Amino acid sequence: MDFLRPASWEEALAAKAEHPTAVPIAGGTDVMVEINFDHRRPEYLLDLNRIGDLTEWETGEDTVRLGASVPYTGIMEHLRAELPGLALASHTVASPQIRNRGGVGGNLGTASPAGDAHPALLAAGADVEVESAARGTRLIPIDEFYTGVKRNALQPDELIRAVHIKKADGPQQYSKVGTRNAMVIAVCAFGLALHPETRTVRTGIGSAAPTPVRAKAAEEFLNAALEEGGFWDNGKIITPSVAKQFADLCSAACNPIDDVRGTASYRRHAVGVMARRTLTWTWESYRGTAAHSEGVA
Amino acid sequence: MRVNFTVNGRPQEADDVWEGESLLYVLRERLGLPGSKNACEQGECGSCTVRLDGVPVCSCLVAAGQVEGREVVTVEGLAEYAKQRSCGSSCGTSLNDAQQWAAKGQDSQTGEGTELAPIQQAFIDAGAVQCGFCTPGLLVAADEMLERNPNPSDADIREALSGNLCRCTGYEKIMDAVRLAAARQGEAV
Repeated sequence: MDFLRPASWEEALAAKAEHPTAVPIAGGTDVMVEINFDHRRPEYLLDLNRIGDLTEWETGEDTVRLGASVPYTGIMEHLRAELPGLALASHTVASPQIRNRGGVGGNLGTASPAGDAHPALLAAGADVEVESAARGTRLIPIDEFYTGVKRNALQPDELIRAVHIKKADGPQQYSKVGTRNAMVIAVCAFGLALHPETRTVRTGIGSAAPTPVRAKAAEEFLNAALEEGGFWDNGKIITPSVAKQFADLCSAACNPIDDVRGTASYRRHAVGVMARRTLTWTWESYRGTAAHSEGVA
Repeated sequence: MRVNFTVNGRPQEADDVWEGESLLYVLRERLGLPGSKNACEQGECGSCTVRLDGVPVCSCLVAAGQVEGREVVTVEGLAEYAKQRSCGSSCGTSLNDAQQWAAKGQDSQTGEGTELAPIQQAFIDAGAVQCGFCTPGLLVAADEMLERNPNPSDADIREALSGNLCRCTGYEKIMDAVRLAAARQGEAV
């Protein structure tokens, strides 16, 4: 095994181009587990810790450009206002020790269906910034990023540099089922974001399909129901039948398996419960803020 | 490969390090500092917790090569680290001293006259050490929390120690110990 220690992003891209089998390591919270247990013996480890700008973020007009290695702790501390769903998701990641090292770039690189960040990214809307020495930068929409169990749209010579995440324009929630509050891999997880500017709702489901997925039929149903009932303007409580139908459609969007953490039918059920609850929480929050703005009854 | 980094305030050099080796392995097997415990090797238990540039991390998940040029504090250097924090001097703990380090807690109420960090003395006084395997990781994690948050609520303590498992399930005494250390820290100011 060789340990490659690029001092800059350009050096890292050059190293990845020269050794496409090199495994990038940043926080190490996934890669080191595999090495410690002899599940993986990469030819090259590509250490990204020395590249300072990977741990930086910029808040723009509409998006936050989040460096791939910004630790979850940093997201929780500094980006709660701009990225509330992702901040909540970050807080459910493992333990303080792990949150101090791990970041969203690693979650995307591993692309596990159980990765905690994915439902929040899907719900908020995001583009993954990847780069190769040969072809430069491209932005991959988050909806096209996950291609299979632990597979993503990265080419062998590409590295994840940042994620461009839409700043929240309305309430967001994140919910995760596990056996305890800390140190737990999700049995299943759910993210929900209200987007009052476009009058749309987006969802993200974790650990209940081969990849993280959106419940698109549920989103379309809810978008239509909210529009039809004038809910965005009148700020009324969402009808229980609408919430139930939304929850059922979210359950239907799952394609889960039975495993040691839970059964497929439990996962479907739990996703429905989380969908209903997060819809209630976000909508209550929207009504609370909307009640103060002009033109809302 | 060779790795140069600072351990408990002193520069150290580890030779013949395998590229896939963890920081934990380097500390225990190459530098003779077995205070950081090796249990789960997957970041679940927290018994290998050390400070990396001041930040608590699981040393089993840090690749040795990643610590080149960086600063690590282990439980062996915790007493000195806590002393420096309160006195502001810069002396550090030599590798030799760290290897020789042993808990010499007396029946002291205040930690006076001992070479323990306040959190270590509090663990002894509160009876928070059972088999002792989780203790080093808990000490490092709890000490860092008290540095950041001198008046933690119970929820703060639980959150800060949520990544450290005690297989003896001695959590209540551990909570007592951290509350005790926080109270003594408050009195000292």
